[in-house]
Amino acid sequence: MRHTISVLVENKFGVLSRVSGLFSGRGYNIESLSVGETIDPNVSVMTIVTSGDDWIIEQITKQLNKLIDVIKVVDMTELDHVEREMVLIKVAPRSEDKAEVLRLAEIFRGRVVDSSPKTYTIEMTGDEKKIAAIVELLRPMGIKEFVRTGKIAIAREGIKKA
Amino acid sequence: MKISGAEIFIECLKKEGVKHIFGYPGGVVLNIFDALHDEKDLQLILTRHEQGAVHAADGYARASGKAGVVLVTSGPGATNTVTGIATASMDSIPLVVFSGQVPTLLIGNDAFQEADIVGITRPCTKYNYLVKDVQDLARIIKEAFYIATTGRPGPVLIDLPKDVTSGKAEFVWPESVSMATYKPTYEGNRYMINQAAHMLAKAKKPVIVAGGGVIASGASKELKELAEYADVPVTMTLMGLGCFPGSHRLSLGMPGMHGTYYANRAIQESDLLVAVGMRFDDRVTGKISAFAPNAKIVHIDIDPTSIRKNVRVDVPIVGDVKRVLSVMNKVLKEEVKDQWQEVRKAWTKQIDAWRKERPLTYDRTTDTIKPQYVVEKIYELTKGDAIIATEVGQNQMWASQFYRYDKPRTLLSSGGLGTMGYGMPAAIGAQFAFPNKLVIDIAGDGSIQMNIQELATAVLNKLPIKVAILNNRYLGMVRQWQELFFQERYAHTKLDETVPDFVKIAEAYNAVGLRATKKSEVEPVLKEAFSIKRPVMMDFVVDWREKVYPMVPAGAAIDEMLFAEDEKKSEKKLKAVK
Repeated sequence: MRHTISVLVENKFGVLSRVSGLFSGRGYNIESLSVGETIDPNVSVMTIVTSGDDWIIEQITKQLNKLIDVIKVVDMTELDHVEREMVLIKVAPRSEDKAEVLRLAEIFRGRVVDSSPKTYTIEMTGDEKKIAAIVELLRPMGIKEFVRTGKIAIAREGIKKA
Repeated sequence: MKISGAEIFIECLKKEGVKHIFGYPGGVVLNIFDALHDEKDLQLILTRHEQGAVHAADGYARASGKAGVVLVTSGPGATNTVTGIATASMDSIPLVVFSGQVPTLLIGNDAFQEADIVGITRPCTKYNYLVKDVQDLARIIKEAFYIATTGRPGPVLIDLPKDVTSGKAEFVWPESVSMATYKPTYEGNRYMINQAAHMLAKAKKPVIVAGGGVIASGASKELKELAEYADVPVTMTLMGLGCFPGSHRLSLGMPGMHGTYYANRAIQESDLLVAVGMRFDDRVTGKISAFAPNAKIVHIDIDPTSIRKNVRVDVPIVGDVKRVLSVMNKVLKEEVKDQWQEVRKAWTKQIDAWRKERPLTYDRTTDTIKPQYVVEKIYELTKGDAIIATEVGQNQMWASQFYRYDKPRTLLSSGGLGTMGYGMPAAIGAQFAFPNKLVIDIAGDGSIQMNIQELATAVLNKLPIKVAILNNRYLGMVRQWQELFFQERYAHTKLDETVPDFVKIAEAYNAVGLRATKKSEVEPVLKEAFSIKRPVMMDFVVDWREKVYPMVPAGAAIDEMLFAEDEKKSEKKLKAVK
């Protein structure tokens, strides 16, 4: 099963390598990874999406906790949480599809952040399903480039799954 | 007053109570070596290879319980430590390894003798540091010793750029360490301990499996108390040998691939396994799905990642073994009223029957030297009062089977990584920790050649270590596998004519060399060696055909054992396993 794990770490050199080495050294896969500073500049948060059975996920969280630079590990999948990812999609539609591309961007609350005679670049945030949906709809129009940030996640306050 | 990084290094080690550093000089660590030159309280022991330095520090740590300290130069000096560090890491041995590094401004420039040792050792250290500012040096050294020796111990590496050891700073020694992100769990969960105690009291067929964690935690007394009070047989993993007296009536010896018949049978038949400070290595469990099929498992370990890593666990207890066992003993004595003596009678009887059915044995009738005989004689002559180091392979297994370790820290052996060439430098380290103890390396003719240069270290320092080479002219353990599983095709395991004359080697290094080629010569050679207060290398020319039995083929359940006495029958079994 797929898990989104949030890891608070000390913001210093080598930490990312320790975390990624933990995965690679054991043959576990990282599906996506995003890293950024928290409000406290000494602390970063890594959001890691990985998959495995319960045994593997248990090992991953334990091993992460064991790393000396790791402050806290939260398996978001066990909590009610919000997940977001940002994508930038460069579309090169035929002239007759241009209006449709803009309409889709609007429906998905995306924004056109760059346009050229032949392309639009759309910025959009959302969860996995929403991104998958717009990708499917834009694909026939001609996606030229596609980049995504990797997931970030935050727990909802007050409501925990039993 | 400001002092140099090299001087801060020395002050820190003194504060940590370090007496011995094992090392090897080189360009970028000259500042430190120069500062050490006039130092009276800190002895630098020059080995002949950096790997030897790390194994020596490791042997020192295993024998004494204190962190071993290493100092080497950058580049090749640092990379040569990797095998030693990985050895210590796998066996949870506290080491602090200092490597020199090129000046900070040159890092990343492919400078002369530059290696990214922090990157290289990241997966085989508990933690590592690159010191970028001399102001941080004292704090980092303090933290390094703290991390190495607390929780589940392990090696820590500190990389010291040349400008850090020459740079100056005020020496401020932090009296204590507080790391928000590193807080090992020492106290076990009381509810879990209670539950384990009650399960133990009710169990009809319990077995304790004790590992190196018992030694690391200093919990031998508590373990013995538990075993005796609750009347539970104890089997010890290779790393655990000595944590419970091997000659005790409740001792089952070692389990696993070359474990005793009775230890393996007891595990397989047990209804409760209490695993203490061990991590269910594949050499212990054999085929996981067939391991202890009827047992509930209580697992006590300070490292949560060890629990439920390889086997299912019914009662996990994260904590320091010593503290957990003392609480468990208290609970058993004060709260548990069950009378287990009656329900266990059948179990004790069964185990005794297994002991009689298949004791550890070998052919004692030959005139050729059986390697097991040498180990048995060493045990007999030392009365078990020695520190034994081993190399890796058959020598290691015979040393585990035919010598009984009654005290912790008397067996030094590379268990997890299985590092050939470990034994002699480890014996050297142990001899520094205990100058008056008899320290013996039980070696093979293959392994000993991997760090034979350290004989010079022993001679130079007048260390009376003894090396007993079980010389079978083969890489014996691999040859054994080839005989059993590869139709006797001895690919690259026959050393024969190329095995050097170990007596001459010993003499060339100005040590003493002795040789025995007949059984009747074994005892006189050992007696002579033990009477000489210098390094002695003994060459025991043993029967090359001898194999380590019992043996569980890789991938088989641990009760599917092969025995010496029915090699013919084994062939059938082997086919079945394949």
